[in-house]
Amino acid sequence: MTAVQDKASGQADPGGTAATSPPPYRRTRRATALPSGDKLVLGLMLGIPSLVHVLFVWVPALGSIALSFSSWDGIGGFEDIEWVGFQNYVDIFTRYPRFWPALQHNLIWLVFLLVLPTVAGLLLAVLLDRQLRFGRLYQSALYLPMVLSLALVGFIWQLIYQPEQGLLNNLLGTADDHPTNWLGDPDINLYAVLVAAAWRHTGYVMLLYLAGLKSVDPALKEAAALDGASAFQTFTRVTFPVLKPVNIVVLVVTVIEALRAFDIVYVVNKGRNGLELLSVLVTDNIIGESSRIGWGSALAVVLLLISLGFIITYLFQVFRKEERA
Amino acid sequence: MARFETPHPLMGRRALLKAIVAGAGLAAVPGLAACGGSDKGSATDTVSFGNNLSDQVPKDAITAVLQAFEKESSLKVAINTKQHEQYQEQINNYLQGRPDDVLAWFAGYRMRFFAGKGLTGDLSDVWSKVGGGYASALKEASTGSDGKQYLIPFTQYPWGVFYRKSIWQQRGYEVPKTLDQLVALATKMKSDGLVPIAFAQKQGWPGMGTFDQLNFRINGYQFHVDLMAGKEDWQSPKVKEVFDTWKRLLPFHQENALGREWQEAAQSLGQGKSGMYLLGSFVAQQFKGPDLDDLDFFPFPEINPAHGQDTVEAPIDGYMMARKPANEAGAKKLLEYLATPAAQAAYLKTDPTSIATVSNADTSGYNAIQKKAAQVIKDAKHITQFLDRDTDPRFASDAATNGLNAFIQNPNDIDSILKGMADQAKTIFTG
Repeated sequence: MTAVQDKASGQADPGGTAATSPPPYRRTRRATALPSGDKLVLGLMLGIPSLVHVLFVWVPALGSIALSFSSWDGIGGFEDIEWVGFQNYVDIFTRYPRFWPALQHNLIWLVFLLVLPTVAGLLLAVLLDRQLRFGRLYQSALYLPMVLSLALVGFIWQLIYQPEQGLLNNLLGTADDHPTNWLGDPDINLYAVLVAAAWRHTGYVMLLYLAGLKSVDPALKEAAALDGASAFQTFTRVTFPVLKPVNIVVLVVTVIEALRAFDIVYVVNKGRNGLELLSVLVTDNIIGESSRIGWGSALAVVLLLISLGFIITYLFQVFRKEERA
Repeated sequence: MARFETPHPLMGRRALLKAIVAGAGLAAVPGLAACGGSDKGSATDTVSFGNNLSDQVPKDAITAVLQAFEKESSLKVAINTKQHEQYQEQINNYLQGRPDDVLAWFAGYRMRFFAGKGLTGDLSDVWSKVGGGYASALKEASTGSDGKQYLIPFTQYPWGVFYRKSIWQQRGYEVPKTLDQLVALATKMKSDGLVPIAFAQKQGWPGMGTFDQLNFRINGYQFHVDLMAGKEDWQSPKVKEVFDTWKRLLPFHQENALGREWQEAAQSLGQGKSGMYLLGSFVAQQFKGPDLDDLDFFPFPEINPAHGQDTVEAPIDGYMMARKPANEAGAKKLLEYLATPAAQAAYLKTDPTSIATVSNADTSGYNAIQKKAAQVIKDAKHITQFLDRDTDPRFASDAATNGLNAFIQNPNDIDSILKGMADQAKTIFTG
């Protein structure tokens, strides 16, 4: 990467090497010139993935953006599409009762997942890294939920949350007399579902941190111990800073997980009544008997813009670091 | 870079390219296959049948009917069953792809919508043969906006208030005729330690039934039709009165409705924990043997004397034809068969929770619920389909479902909820 950047800056330099000494520059070009066969191979190797990428990522994304300015029920051809400008956006922001709750829930989802499973996963990883007896067993048990799809997690936790017959109310002794409606009460169901999602996500975070901890050089800890640092100090001053790259991976994984959240709420109650998410609204409007393609696309564009916000911030961070390096 | 040269580069590349093309082709096949129905190559002796009856009992019932047709006509029927709710969600794509020759659907607005878009076949000539067997209301419900028929009605089921005869006898409850009697009865049930009205709204639609009953009892049949068509305002005092009445009844409803499925509510009725349950007659699917014989129902009580009990909600299930069926003659033959009393009786023998739609159907095998259902529908002056079958699906699936859910959760927010519904109705019914 750095080599490429150096070269790029060299070329950009107007009074630099390119102007004063053309021969070596031309020589470099000849050295990279390829036989036509290889050019073909390279062209295909770059071209096919690019084509696939453009065809299956960019065209649908731009298509969604275009359709978000239309009113269309998905029946018939392009001539049946009615263009309405920004009307869908105006209506969504001002008249759609489910939009603001969904946006809010998406943000709660993000913050919750960033805090709880990350802290719990880190704690578990540190504990498991201390070579406990049966450590492997705990590790497998904690990681096990991760192999389940989030939809399946939804089914499992419904058995726990069910008002009359569910495990939780029976354990709390509230099953017979006014049971708590964990998944039906819009004030608490979002958090009930988030606990289920966190149950699955914690194992993932734990494994990532565990891998990071294994790569921490024992000599560092030894040195800290020799300097008289307590276990807590060793962790905060030595181990955790070394884990920095893992933190970034966890952050990215969690943001992705939060923004694509959909299946668990759809399984529980189709994302209604307190469990609205933007992804649910997109699905509700686009899939169905007489779909509102334009309206759903506009919602999808809003979700895209939020995702782009995170992606751009992340890329800025990464590139700035590389520049500094 | 030159190191990339390999001894036999072209061979390798070609093989790779072929593999990629083959791979892409293979990947595309299931996607394409999923778009259409079953394969219909040379299909003059086969009719394909899109079936939405995925639960075991009704699925067995319709299979028995189709087998009887095969015997009678020497045609083969290829059944393509999809999960009931999935079928509904995918209907749009399904009809635009390669749908089955004959396919399940519902009467009313939902039929007219797709017929109007030219996505289903004209059945006027089939109707000219079978029309004599149907009452005029059924013909009307099968007719598109252009005056042609697009549906063959098959079965029908009324909505009513269900209860257990034995429990009512034991406690001395009587069928309420007016809203005040209903409230008095519910109050008594509550003091007897029963949940007066079982209620479940997890699936999103059962509450629409309650809304419909209150709406046409208070405002009459025509208002129901106009409101569903987007011609009336959801913020009008008439709609507000419906919700105010519902709010009065809500304390008698089973709590936590939004976390419960209708099957669970039906079970609480069966176990004698709840006194009554407003639902379609398919609720009887949850009752077996002596429990089924103990089940009875009455039409929702009168609220406004001007309308009395003149309207009954009785959705019609039926069958349509694809716009370009692979085997048109066979499809019409099958649809004609589905309109016969014999076919409908064969179906109802296995699934005795709804009733036949042809007027000369053999009703001797009906159980008590079916007999009463037939009578109630016959006595009705007006028949409605159901909120989600009488209005634009775009409105029903989102605005109506979530509006009713919000009301059940916060009955005090009627005004803001109705404003939300009215606003959405404006964005949907105008464009």
